Amino acid sequence: MSTDNIILEMHGITKTFPGVKALQDVTLSVTRGQVHAICGENGAGKSTLVRVLSGVYPHGTYEGDILFEDEPCEFKNIRDSEHRGIVIIHQELALSPFLSIAENIFLGNERASHGVIDWNATNSEAARLLARVGLAESPDTKIKDIGVGKQQLVEIAKALSKRVKLLILDEPTAALNDEDSAHLLDLMRSLKGQGITSILITHKLNEIAAIADRTTVIRDGKTIETLDMRGAEKITEERLIRGMVGRPLDNRFPERQPNIGAEVLRIEDWTVYHPINQGRKVVDGASLSVRKGEVIGLAGLMGAGRTELAMSVFGRTYGANASGQVFKDGEEIQTRSVREAIRHGIAYATEDRKRYGLNLIEDIKRNITSAALGKLSSRGVVDREEEVLVAERYRRELDIKTPSVEALVGKLSGGNQQKVVLSKWIFAAPDVLILDEPTRGIDVGAKFEIYTIVNALADAGKAVILISSELPELLGMCDRIYTLNQGRVTGQLAREEATQESLMLLMTKEKEGTSR
Amino acid sequence: MTAVTEYLGKNVRQYGIWGALVAIVVLFEVWTHGLLLMPNNVAALVQQNAYVMILAIGMVMVIVAGHIDLSVGSMVAFIGGLVGIMMDTWGLPWLAAVLLGLVIGAIVGAWQGYWVAYVGIPAFIVTLAGMLIFRGLAIVLVGTTIAGLPAGFNAISNGYLPNSLGFVAGRDVVTVTIGVLAILGLAFSQARSRSTLRKHDLLVEPMAAFIGKLVMFAALLGSLTWVLSGSSGMPIVLILVGVLVLVYTFVLGRTVFGRHIYAIGGNLHAAIMSGVNTKRVNFGIFVNMGVLAAIAAIVTTSRAGAAVAAAGDSFELDAIAACFIGGTAVTGGVGKVSGAMIGALIMGVLNMGLSIMSVDPSWQKAIKGFVLLLAVAFDLVNKRRASGA
Repeated sequence: MSTDNIILEMHGITKTFPGVKALQDVTLSVTRGQVHAICGENGAGKSTLVRVLSGVYPHGTYEGDILFEDEPCEFKNIRDSEHRGIVIIHQELALSPFLSIAENIFLGNERASHGVIDWNATNSEAARLLARVGLAESPDTKIKDIGVGKQQLVEIAKALSKRVKLLILDEPTAALNDEDSAHLLDLMRSLKGQGITSILITHKLNEIAAIADRTTVIRDGKTIETLDMRGAEKITEERLIRGMVGRPLDNRFPERQPNIGAEVLRIEDWTVYHPINQGRKVVDGASLSVRKGEVIGLAGLMGAGRTELAMSVFGRTYGANASGQVFKDGEEIQTRSVREAIRHGIAYATEDRKRYGLNLIEDIKRNITSAALGKLSSRGVVDREEEVLVAERYRRELDIKTPSVEALVGKLSGGNQQKVVLSKWIFAAPDVLILDEPTRGIDVGAKFEIYTIVNALADAGKAVILISSELPELLGMCDRIYTLNQGRVTGQLAREEATQESLMLLMTKEKEGTSR
Repeated sequence: MTAVTEYLGKNVRQYGIWGALVAIVVLFEVWTHGLLLMPNNVAALVQQNAYVMILAIGMVMVIVAGHIDLSVGSMVAFIGGLVGIMMDTWGLPWLAAVLLGLVIGAIVGAWQGYWVAYVGIPAFIVTLAGMLIFRGLAIVLVGTTIAGLPAGFNAISNGYLPNSLGFVAGRDVVTVTIGVLAILGLAFSQARSRSTLRKHDLLVEPMAAFIGKLVMFAALLGSLTWVLSGSSGMPIVLILVGVLVLVYTFVLGRTVFGRHIYAIGGNLHAAIMSGVNTKRVNFGIFVNMGVLAAIAAIVTTSRAGAAVAAAGDSFELDAIAACFIGGTAVTGGVGKVSGAMIGALIMGVLNMGLSIMSVDPSWQKAIKGFVLLLAVAFDLVNKRRASGA
């Protein structure tokens, strides 16, 4: 294991966003011709790091130095980094669906003379690149006609066309099935044979074990360790997990004396397929239940299917061909539309409050009443006086910091916007509240207030389902925690027996055998 | 006084549009040497622009929900033609023809609403098709013109309220009474909503701004009715428009349906996730637009005294322009009936003033185009400054 042949060195990288230090003094060194894995929990800073490297965040917006092939790099944009042979393939593929494979490969880099495209060169070079990545499709095929797995290969072919030296793959197998994932890993091995260095960002520990030469673990924006996967010491999954978790438990959580009653909601054998790629199960036979006055947590890494499970139960707002049963107070119910779900006493507060949760150009009071306007109206006419009183009540109870309930929601801070979302659903008086990442993007003080509200809801006899990527939050708030991986419920731990390590082990647990 | 200026500063757009209307009126009053505000011209201004105001009411709802309706001009010709045929060929009493016309409007609106709401075709396409379909059908049905409509029907747009209370000092007492009642009604409703707000310690506009606003509206209503009372009296169509404005201000501001329109236009995804039945609301918006187009058709046909196949040409553009000049957001979610009405009046005053000055109609068109562009540009710049600050 020689370390003298270093292709990339990043030193003391620090990247700050307003209010958050996303990266803190990160160091990374990648050996030429190796596959270097980067792993860490959701939000650890993996994606931020490669965005710094590829120039998405231009030089000057971060601190620290980057050396590529012993030369300092000051990339202003992606073009600069691609020019040097660093190509990043994002999780969300960036292909144009109505153009052909060949056109996509050479998009922005056309085989042309004097602005006129040379179709012979385009198609023959594309065919050669497709052979290199092992994709048996005609270069004329439109992107929309091939599956995600093959689209990924087109992205890699596109990278090869740019004479890539360092290929960065950000969660490349998150959207792939087992077969496509296996093929992708094979391809990475063969590219390694051709001398191409790769950085693989993933949280699938089995992939790391299968392909990585070295692994850097990142946690809370800091480099924790870099492990030699081919060394004398065998690196087990448990060993990796120990580095990934262990976020400090310094967030304070308000005390709650659980008073748990009868079962309120039970979901059985719930399966949902991807809305576009309908062959892929996003939620796979998931079952769970929640009782009166109980807070349960859903833990899972990116792509585990937590949000998809919640949204598909909440009025089929995600996915296709949902199947399974939902029981409310022991009786089976249907939740085919949001209105039906609300009528059965289910509320879902989204993780993406700006997109799905709020009307930002409307005032606070109208947002608060928007899910239960019927409670304020008779014969279709809204009682505006009552509406103001309701909004004022929630402003007081949840301490929404605003001069007036008539202020626009778009002007509020994230924490206060979240309180408006919560008010809206509390006013709808549900029995079950699904809270999806309720503290994402809000400051520590507001987080504590949200926790207090959640506890008050549970004390009031509501059943709460808390989806969170922060394990300490789940450990601090929940009576029971379900873990999900690749759409399946992989385990269930009571508060007393759960630790960050035990949860992470279940969150990364692969299915036994290959059922698909 | 600083509270007032601060308040005005925050509501530039809201008051700016009123200011623009007043400025344009004053400007043309000067340029036309006082002809613009002659009683007959004021009555004609109302009668000639009633159709824009009626269509703009429906169009505000369509645009706030994030759609557009290009077919209203053709709908006016089509429904107007049918109403004319009912009276002329079938010999139906005019009131029956008017009522049937409203029903047809609802059916036409339901046709378009079905494609937009339930099939999911963008309103731009559906109503572009409607524009062609209903224009074609109007020509098929009417040929060119059906004239000789009943006097009662023609009075809708050309008549005045009967002078049943006589004259005092050369002023029509009916008109003056309506003016006084309107001012009192306005003052009462404003004062009541203000006191409700105060009761719950909500932010209210400063007292000076409140009174200033009230005085300005009272003066506007007062001078309008005062001028009209010196001539033929109160145009019937003004009563019609006034009632529609009141009803739809209520619908948009106070009903669940109105709320859902703003919710859909403001953030469609959030509306769906809040359980709003977006399909039904969208369908309702287009049915409503059809009924208002039918009212506009009746008003237009009555004004001309004949059903004309070419009627309603480019009415859709007038209505859309009135909405945008009146502060309706291009991206949906924001807009008011009152704003659209002022937008319609600005366009109307421009039309009338330029006509009195005998400006070439081609130039009139170009000038109106610039006004529209300026109004929306002003809006965008304002918004950007507000969000940038």
